[in-house]
Amino acid sequence: MDAIILQTLNGLDKGSAYALIALGLTLIFGTLGVVNFAHGALFMIGAFCAVTLQKILTLSHTVIDETRTDFLGNPMKVDVPYIYEWFGESTGNAIIDWSVPLAIILAIPVMIVLGVVMERGLIKHFYKRPHADQILVTFGLAIVLQEIVKYFYGANPIPAPAPDALDGVFDFGAMLGFDANTITYPLWRLVYFLFSAVIICAVFAFLQFTTFGMVVRAGMADRETVGLLGINIDKRFTIMFGIAAAVAGLAGVMYAPINSPNYHMGMDFLVISFVVVVVGGMGSLPGAVLAGFVLGILEAFASMTVVTDFFPGINNIVIYLVAVLILLTRPRGLLGRKGVMED
Amino acid sequence: MLGLNAKDFRLLLLVTILVVFAPVFLNPFPVDSAMAQFNAGYPDLMQRFVIFGIFAIGFNILFGLTGYLSFGHAAFLGTGSYAAVWMLKLLTINVLPAILVSTIVAGLFALLIGFVSLRRSGIYFSILTLAFAQMAFALAASVLTSLTGGETGLQTALSDPRILDGAAAVAGNIPAPSLFGYEMRATTTMRFGDWAFTLNLGYYLAGAFMLAAFYLSIRITRSPFGMMLRAIKSNQQRLNYTGLNTKPYMLACFVISGMYAGLAGGLMAAMDPLAGAERMFWTASGEVVVMTILGGVGTLIGPVLGAGLIKYMENIVSKINEATLHSWFAFLPDGMEDAVVALIYPFIGKGWNLTLGIVFMLVVIFLPGGLVQGGQKIAGLFRRKKSAEASTKAQTPAE
Repeated sequence: MDAIILQTLNGLDKGSAYALIALGLTLIFGTLGVVNFAHGALFMIGAFCAVTLQKILTLSHTVIDETRTDFLGNPMKVDVPYIYEWFGESTGNAIIDWSVPLAIILAIPVMIVLGVVMERGLIKHFYKRPHADQILVTFGLAIVLQEIVKYFYGANPIPAPAPDALDGVFDFGAMLGFDANTITYPLWRLVYFLFSAVIICAVFAFLQFTTFGMVVRAGMADRETVGLLGINIDKRFTIMFGIAAAVAGLAGVMYAPINSPNYHMGMDFLVISFVVVVVGGMGSLPGAVLAGFVLGILEAFASMTVVTDFFPGINNIVIYLVAVLILLTRPRGLLGRKGVMED
Repeated sequence: MLGLNAKDFRLLLLVTILVVFAPVFLNPFPVDSAMAQFNAGYPDLMQRFVIFGIFAIGFNILFGLTGYLSFGHAAFLGTGSYAAVWMLKLLTINVLPAILVSTIVAGLFALLIGFVSLRRSGIYFSILTLAFAQMAFALAASVLTSLTGGETGLQTALSDPRILDGAAAVAGNIPAPSLFGYEMRATTTMRFGDWAFTLNLGYYLAGAFMLAAFYLSIRITRSPFGMMLRAIKSNQQRLNYTGLNTKPYMLACFVISGMYAGLAGGLMAAMDPLAGAERMFWTASGEVVVMTILGGVGTLIGPVLGAGLIKYMENIVSKINEATLHSWFAFLPDGMEDAVVALIYPFIGKGWNLTLGIVFMLVVIFLPGGLVQGGQKIAGLFRRKKSAEASTKAQTPAE
């Protein structure tokens, strides 16, 4: 029983990342009909927003501290972040400690601008071209973004730790009445899951309960008619592209403490998130979220020793296996609408 | 000649000349000169040119003719490599059976994957092939370790049985892959004054296979079968409505394409008897996509050019470092030199992938026919000017 709970929890944080990226992908596909292979790169850039903010906050200048001496007996030189001088040492430390959550504030405008520029500058010209061309040009864009990040940040992963307060483990066992320390779970992963739940709810609420969201949904259903009613649907879809980029970016920001960001982390997630989108159903937002969590949990269960003893290696291929089965038996995906991209 | 029309035959002849004299063409700079680092005529790189040429030609038969974008083609290359290394381990160190078997095994694997994947088209086909290739990669890297050597890869060893010529192996040495006793790595260097040209047996074997593969691809493109494939690309639905079942054509095309990849993998293993799972990773599939598009998808010579260009950049341009750049621009004033170097450096050397990505995007956006189309456009520009001049000349005396 406790093993099952543990694996479900393990699946949830991977699943949240899959769900967030797949949600963004689906937003783009559902609105603009574009297959965006650069979405993984957006996720990666989000993670590097966290790294960048951390670097900015720890920008420091060297001060000679007369009270202390180094091992040669000279006055010691210490690096003092500028932020200490503005906010004092304790507040400054707290700000640096919380740099990853704070990076959200930086990431949202950066990602929205990046998304809008991408759509207006590049994707716009590819609406009428075949899906293969869209895949190719966004794949090229992904390479370019990746290489730019690699040029500025190097090829090695850069750690971006979670705040100390959220860095511990959470003891689920004690809460649910099992023995203490049987089911422990890193606190940050729990935060990640809750955060992604909030983002997903926010996106759905935005689409469901605002006029803007209503128009976008109408445009997804029948773009031409909405256009004929005198609504500038292109502009709204552009903004949706920015929002989708922001969702991917936020997923990346919060993922930074779980896996130290490196320049190819986006590509690693991209393939799986495409599989997630297909399993959920091309263009179906709830489908993307559902499939993200289901596949994340399935992957976690498949890596249990009981399962791997029975079928070694299943943990590596289970997602693809599910995708193949779904595509062959129900090509529209779990929650896909009938007739949308079914061939 | 050879069942080709005059134009195709000229193209084949040109490629043959290029392949045969590549060791000369690729080493245009004297050995000790400053430009020697641009010499690409060393066996290892030349082998890669032709092997990836074969891979790209095969990919182009699928994507160029039918428009089905496979993102998992590296799986066939990897399978071919494994099959070839196993033949080298179990049967004989002679490379011919290994190459033959690698092609057949990859073909069978392609038959299996194609049969399933081709039930869908468009983006679903791309994702299915991607999923299968990733599965193959994951299995090769983890579970099938006894078959694939896992992360370290599969290689020939002293203890290999080698049914046909195992006893002949010299004690203490792992025999090198050979063709009827002539080792693949056998190399002679010809010197003409300051120039040195390296002739390598392995390269010429791979080159011969590439010429055969190229010839076959011309024949396929020009055949009624190739016509059918292009019809599938332009409108599959209409074909179905006329009562024609396109599935067998697609499957045959997919298998042929997979066999090309297997042949390339087999040749790779024959040149260097080592096969690793990373050859199947999806970025390797992405690489052949980039090669084909860059060179010119759907054209005959394009994929070969693309493969050559990318392998040249990967091996030569990537080696240019900051110091080399400084020495090139040393004639400029100091500040300007630094500025120019700082401007160029991100795009070459280690950053060559950035250039590749940008060029690739530009090609997809502006030149869907790749570099070949670009060349044709430029050639067309000159020709039009000439013909315009010719026509005015022709008109003037009449007036």
